Amino acid sequence: MTGGAEAFADLEARRGDFPALDQEVNGNRLVYLDNAATSQKPRAVIEEVRRFYERDNSNVHRGVHELSNRATLGFEGARRRAAEFIGAATPEEIIFTRGTTEGINLVAAAWAGRHLRPGDRILLTEMEHHSNLVPWQILAARVGAEIEFVPVVGDEGLLDLSGFDARVRGARLFACTHISNALGTINPVKELCARARAAGAVALVDAAQSAGHAPLDVREIGCDFLAFSGHKMAGPTGIGILYGRRELLEKMDPYQGGGEMISSVHFEHSAWAPVPHKFEAGTPDISGAFGLRAAMDYLDAIGRERIMAHDLALAEYAYARLAEIPGIRLLGPARGRAGLVSFVLGDIHAHDVVMLADRVGIALRGGHHCTQPLHRRLGVESTVRASFYLYNTFAEVDRLADVLREIRRYFSR
Amino acid sequence: MFEDLDELYQEVIREHSSHPRNFRALPAPARAVDGHNPLCGDQVRLFVEMDGERVKDVGFTGQGCAISRASASMMTDAIKGKSRAEVREAFGAFHEMVTTGHCDEGKMGKLAVFSGVHKFPVRVKCAMLAWHAALSAIEGGAPEVTTESPGDEGPKP
Repeated sequence: MTGGAEAFADLEARRGDFPALDQEVNGNRLVYLDNAATSQKPRAVIEEVRRFYERDNSNVHRGVHELSNRATLGFEGARRRAAEFIGAATPEEIIFTRGTTEGINLVAAAWAGRHLRPGDRILLTEMEHHSNLVPWQILAARVGAEIEFVPVVGDEGLLDLSGFDARVRGARLFACTHISNALGTINPVKELCARARAAGAVALVDAAQSAGHAPLDVREIGCDFLAFSGHKMAGPTGIGILYGRRELLEKMDPYQGGGEMISSVHFEHSAWAPVPHKFEAGTPDISGAFGLRAAMDYLDAIGRERIMAHDLALAEYAYARLAEIPGIRLLGPARGRAGLVSFVLGDIHAHDVVMLADRVGIALRGGHHCTQPLHRRLGVESTVRASFYLYNTFAEVDRLADVLREIRRYFSR
Repeated sequence: MFEDLDELYQEVIREHSSHPRNFRALPAPARAVDGHNPLCGDQVRLFVEMDGERVKDVGFTGQGCAISRASASMMTDAIKGKSRAEVREAFGAFHEMVTTGHCDEGKMGKLAVFSGVHKFPVRVKCAMLAWHAALSAIEGGAPEVTTESPGDEGPKP
């Protein structure tokens, strides 16, 4: 009845670690199913950020006093932890950003802006989030490059890879999402990066939806760049990671100018700090880095394989339960999908569904999920999305299915 | 389960949403204005044919939530045959009603069913979308309007 509840009792027991889940919304127990937008934070992360401000707060680098020393050690320790978290060869390959969006913009400006020439091609997919599309559009307009797309096929939402090798041949850059935030598709990024790099393209992976949900190893994936955000993986907002292969980072322009990113400054010219500091102008989000490290520790204590197994089981269960609802149209793959389900509930508009669900305490998201071109391709203006994380339960999926039936009943009176 | 929402989703609104009136494109010389709510992706294309100072015919196409569809449907019924000045006046009264709840039922007529919208500030833009397009159409304004114009944020706390 409640699917695999018993099999994942260890994860359900983790709910108590997340203070925000312990509340009522509109008179009902909160059911938080908007994790693809941002996850809730465990007490360990909240406490770590607080502990930093209460004890170690100071600016990083070049400080001689004790607090600055602690802040620097913690900040650079978080960089080493992030390198380990994603299997990077060295901490110098880890750049702190504000999030996935800034990471991709950094590559567009500092790598592509320097190396791309008029007529060069960039290959994306039709399922990219606006954050892995718009930076390339801006860059392409600036340097006169062209953008092509790997198509998405049908409601199943898989990439059509039949012409991939021909498409990627001659492309300078291939950028692709690991897990689609709108469809839940898990793309074969390892295979795609290998084929892209064999064709001479630089490969970037948008790991916003996979970091913190699945094991991630940049050397196994074989990408040149990989970007993700802290806030979708139990960490604070405002901090993210860009991984870049060192030899590429060395041949990039700085991203922004300012303090922290220089080695020497004269009135006429300056010399840049070595990587990664060359890309980190200004005071960084120090408390965010402390919090992100706590989040990585928290997730690894559970095990990312375990979180992934739970995501897949919950999504499969949700797909099956929702498919029983008359008139529903489910998007994305039926099996092997990441922890989210997108759908259209008959002719009821997504915003009406989300609003009604909110009245009984279920947090969903409706709209185009920052993938407007993909939605147009699928012939839908907007969809409803339920997205899961480690603390969601099979009982919550049952509750969602019941409420969706009630919403349908309400609008068919 | 959702009885407390009946004030927003009145029966008349649900009926207009599932069976919108004047849901059709008009040929030239009717003027077409695209209304767009970038927050939710709602799109409405409004067609207005004027006969001098008066709205001769009006239609709309597009997609949106129940509130925006019903509002577009009832707006088209309401402005047909009205003068420019009357449409402007109706726009102002409707805007005031959905943002403040203040409603002169004699003046608003059937549109009074939208008075409950003011209690749901995030839905004000939905109700206003077609009205913005209509105002632009009769004024000869921009061929595209969005709900991001000032004043639709609902009552200030």
